[in-house]
Amino acid sequence: MSSRTIELELATPGLDAQGRPVRVPLPADGQPVGSELGGEHLLLNMGPQHPATHGVLRLVVELDGETVVRCIPHLGYLHSGFEKLGEYRHYNQIVPLTDRTDYLSPMANNVGMALAAEKLMGIEITPRCTVLRVIACEMSRIISHMVWLGTTSIDLGAFTPFLWAFQERERIYNLQEMWTGARLTTSLTRVGGLMADIPDGFVERLREFTRTFPKTLEEIDRVLTRNAVWAGRTQGVGVLTAAEAINYSLSGPMLRASGVPYDVRKDKPYLGYETYDFEVPVGEHGDVYDRYLVRLEECHQANRILQQALARLPDGPINVDDPRVILPPKSRAMSDMEAMIFHFKQVMEGVKAPVGEAYVGIENPKGELGNYFVSDGTAKPVRWRIRPPSFINLSALPKMAEGHLLSDLVAINASVDIVMGEVDR
Amino acid sequence: MIPGALREEVARDGETIVFVARDRLLEVMTWLKETPGQQFDYLVDVTAVEFRDRERPLQVVYFLRSLTRRADLRVKVELDAAGDLAVDSVWGLWRGADWLEREVFDMFGITFRGHPDLRRILMWETYAEGFPLRKDFPLRGRFSRAEQVRQALNANPEAHYSLDELSIADAWGDLPDDMRERLKRGERGVVPE
Repeated sequence: MSSRTIELELATPGLDAQGRPVRVPLPADGQPVGSELGGEHLLLNMGPQHPATHGVLRLVVELDGETVVRCIPHLGYLHSGFEKLGEYRHYNQIVPLTDRTDYLSPMANNVGMALAAEKLMGIEITPRCTVLRVIACEMSRIISHMVWLGTTSIDLGAFTPFLWAFQERERIYNLQEMWTGARLTTSLTRVGGLMADIPDGFVERLREFTRTFPKTLEEIDRVLTRNAVWAGRTQGVGVLTAAEAINYSLSGPMLRASGVPYDVRKDKPYLGYETYDFEVPVGEHGDVYDRYLVRLEECHQANRILQQALARLPDGPINVDDPRVILPPKSRAMSDMEAMIFHFKQVMEGVKAPVGEAYVGIENPKGELGNYFVSDGTAKPVRWRIRPPSFINLSALPKMAEGHLLSDLVAINASVDIVMGEVDR
Repeated sequence: MIPGALREEVARDGETIVFVARDRLLEVMTWLKETPGQQFDYLVDVTAVEFRDRERPLQVVYFLRSLTRRADLRVKVELDAAGDLAVDSVWGLWRGADWLEREVFDMFGITFRGHPDLRRILMWETYAEGFPLRKDFPLRGRFSRAEQVRQALNANPEAHYSLDELSIADAWGDLPDDMRERLKRGERGVVPE
């Protein structure tokens, strides 16, 4: 152990101009201080219970001084086997599992899973349902980015934006509660529709939110974007070039911050996104700062989409008119023989999907969320695969962190925007 | 026509599925990535499918995308469940395959030849119950809940680091003698009776 300790000769000529004691290490025997410290590496275990790892992520970090030489992530502490569970459930029974994957944007996950199941079964959803699902997706984008912004700013030492972001998130959560009765486990969608239409007063409250939300974004922008500490901690940190981002299969804001303009909403539109007027922000440097800028701008754009969706929200049914897929209303199931039979068949047998497979990727707040169903003609999928965006984004963490300081590792890890429920599934 | 393609299908979502012989996978993937006009530079996902019908082979599914051409393609390799569950790794073409292939290995027991670090990723490295997403794996696991709890509580702390990690910082010399002995014999995380 003796080689690790080093006797520092401190320059102690007295006090400096401000009267503080001067403590500058002097070179010992002509060697720069610290050269003896090189060579012996320290193994540091970070997590799984660590506030800066954003969940139960465990990083084993090899340090040379304060520099990260190697970073080895260990996952699986939150592995719940959702994909296995899905093979034993009807399609509608899978919806509650999707709430629990990326639990910071449950409604968007519900939508993604329902779209894949509908693609598999060849179901066309109603116009009102389409617009309501767009509203659900964009509300999710805002709350997810607000959580990201709040927690990242806390990681980097800014407490105030955290409170502002969480206040805004709370307003969306109240809306989610109004709509579905649940704040987190929304289980919004059903195959072929939604579990409920929006209640009275929802549109007015959401419109009020979209009117006032940009003000908070501007305040956050004013506090952080040109803040010297924020820029210093994030600019040039965790850089990935466009080619690297593509090679690592990154998606969402991580990919776009590196300058690759790919957004599923624009390039493979679903839910009629091609008819909305919105921009896709693209970064330039691929560092933590650009990822922040991209996410901040995405909140503005999500707000715009929400306003357009509210303006065009059509009347009409939210569910497809197909008794094989959609449960009849309870009153009819109790009084009408036909409806009761359909009710019974759906509850006992479930909705049967034709033989085949379908993959639908949607632009979730974290990146491209893919749902892949393989069916053998029964009511339960043979295979339900979630393409987890934050799992794949996290796989680039060692590449980004190596060579940076340990304190930058916190910033880089925060910039990936992981949710362990989705990483581990 | 893609060289090495056995047959093509169209999935219910309109995507083309190309079945490729196992031995030619790497060659076909390299061709798909590097040929002008193909340029599948982005690997969306890697996964595997096992059917309830035990007669049908397992499938390894690759979702490819060309960001320049904005086109998607699905490539499948079929593996006989009774045979050797191994395919070539595409790690060298797309680094994104690193964790995706590790997950398929972890969940299905399919080996990716040439992957530099093929360890379990979601289950712990000393997990001994098999491969959870295989159809012969019971939903509740092979061991009873009581046995799972007993194993978790009795697991040795050394099981939580890989040998690779323990060699960093000369930690080897600081380990207790009995632990060094166990590690030398390759007994990581063996549950005491």
